[in-house]
Amino acid sequence: MTDAPSAPTPPAETAPASPAGTAPTPPAETAPASPAGTASAPPAETARTPVLQARGLVKRYGHVTALDGVDFDLMAGEVLAVIGDNGAGKSSLIKALTGALQPDEGQIMLDGRPVRFRDPLDARRLGIETVYQDLAVAASLDIASNMFLGREARRPGFLGRVFRLLDHRRMREESARHMADLKIGLRSLTQPVESLSGGQRQGVAVARAVAWARHVVVMDEPTAALGVKESGQVLDMIRRVRDRGLPVVLISHNMPHVFEIADRIHVQRLGRRVAQIRPGEHSMAEVVAIMTGALQLDADEQAVVADKEAARAIGLT
Amino acid sequence: MTATITPPKPPEAAEPSLARRLLTTPTVGPLAALLLACVFFSFNSDQFLTGGNFSLIIQQVMVVGTLAIGQTLIILTAGIDLSNGAIMAFGGILMAKLAAEGTVPPLVAIALGLLVCAGFGAANGLLVTLVPLPPFIVTLGMLNVAFALTHIYSQDQTVTNLPAPLTALGETFSIGDTRVTYGSLLTILLFLLFAYLLGQTAWGKHVYALGNSPEVARLTGIRTGRLTVGVYTTAGFVYGIAALLLVSRTGVGDPQAGQTDNLDSITAVVLGGTSLFGGRGLVIGTLIGALIVGVFRNGLQLMGVASIYQTLITGILVILAVTVDQLSRRRIR
Repeated sequence: MTDAPSAPTPPAETAPASPAGTAPTPPAETAPASPAGTASAPPAETARTPVLQARGLVKRYGHVTALDGVDFDLMAGEVLAVIGDNGAGKSSLIKALTGALQPDEGQIMLDGRPVRFRDPLDARRLGIETVYQDLAVAASLDIASNMFLGREARRPGFLGRVFRLLDHRRMREESARHMADLKIGLRSLTQPVESLSGGQRQGVAVARAVAWARHVVVMDEPTAALGVKESGQVLDMIRRVRDRGLPVVLISHNMPHVFEIADRIHVQRLGRRVAQIRPGEHSMAEVVAIMTGALQLDADEQAVVADKEAARAIGLT
Repeated sequence: MTATITPPKPPEAAEPSLARRLLTTPTVGPLAALLLACVFFSFNSDQFLTGGNFSLIIQQVMVVGTLAIGQTLIILTAGIDLSNGAIMAFGGILMAKLAAEGTVPPLVAIALGLLVCAGFGAANGLLVTLVPLPPFIVTLGMLNVAFALTHIYSQDQTVTNLPAPLTALGETFSIGDTRVTYGSLLTILLFLLFAYLLGQTAWGKHVYALGNSPEVARLTGIRTGRLTVGVYTTAGFVYGIAALLLVSRTGVGDPQAGQTDNLDSITAVVLGGTSLFGGRGLVIGTLIGALIVGVFRNGLQLMGVASIYQTLITGILVILAVTVDQLSRRRIR
């Protein structure tokens, strides 16, 4: 039981015990670096296979069906927003995709290859990192410790192997580099994160996810607790993450944010995906109407009024 | 949020100043209190500032201090252990009785005592993790269980005529002309060991993270159940060492021992600046906290103050320490 350091699992595969390896990698190479064996496939081929895909996921809690055969597609290099009313199954979907819950039916594919996640660690080992709402960081630990929490780097050789001595300096240096990559300005990496502002704290969580993610970054309401200026900073960060070639799944209630940053929008309703939308093609009001069931999309992706009263109530004709 | 109204602030200076960092380190206050107390008592008593007296103080605090190491681990996870004194008493009686009656060789008796104490700790940890139950209730129950077992097993008899290995830690060696017990040395080494484990290993970081928020720790991939059971088991093992220190210091197995040591160990942890809310504090602070209690008792005794005033002052210090912790947390928020 006292064999404490057995808990943190070093990053799977060959990757160095640090997230450093991902930093200098040009965006184009991120996808083929997957363990799915697609490395030899031409880039065009990779682009068409969704990075993360789900088909017919079902999750029931007794009589309640949280997920009712939901599909999900995340393409390479995009920011995909997932929106939906309360109880639409957003968080169940995200939990299923990040290993926090196990679906009763259906299949999840990473780079076209079926995968099963028994717990969040499994998903993490395959390069899927999640920024959880309000649950991002350990308050009394410093930034570097948070960046490496659960994946600490030990000193090389005898000191690390036998005495389990942490390599504080290396963790600080690499943390500093990752924070700089996302242009997160900080006074010091040795201060506890509880002394940071909400935006900076979220920045630490995002930087950690980006540093370790090799496939997908999932962010659950990253701006929910933030002010306008700080939200803007987080949205900028998300753009930088995408520009580095990592696809981002963004769960948000904030329509202006979603329209500002998403390349595509996955609309979740009653446990299913009811629409996939490009922000330019529909108005915010239409999207909200689809989300609430007042509008439906027909086969040509044209909005069709499903509930006249509801549509009128939100000002659509 | 007011961020919309306030103009953007210029980024602050690079590193927080040394003074600021000192003030926010939770161990600085207790250390200052300890030093002030030492200065005060050395002016009021000729015998206070001597090697022999300090050796005595360490001997007086080593049992509670060692218990407080385990207590620190548990409080850092936002738990609390009311059963540590009773577990120690049972471990001590078990070691003493097995060895004195010759049931097993003395060293085997010691090993069994350590294991049984670790087992009590593991039982606490499993109940806290698996059921799960609040640590306060679990350890309150375990306090009674261990207390009762101690009296049943010993039939309320003090165990005497202990073989040499059980009292070896009570032997002394010399530093200059000061006699120091091996037990005192062992206690200091234990503090250093746990300071290292908490500050310099991944395990330590995980303990702090768990104390900050079990959910954050779990989502970061830390196996929180295993970690919690590990912490309680480790604490139990340390209580076993405290049992050996106790037996070696008194030279007997005493079923009445350790009845207020649970609260005394919490006192040491709190005086050392560790937060009862978990996730904040240092084990070296606990050593300082234990020494504060020891120095006040010893100094007031040397000044001829009645012992009940020592208790009074300890109580005031505890309330003061918790107040400081609470206020400093509020400032951070």
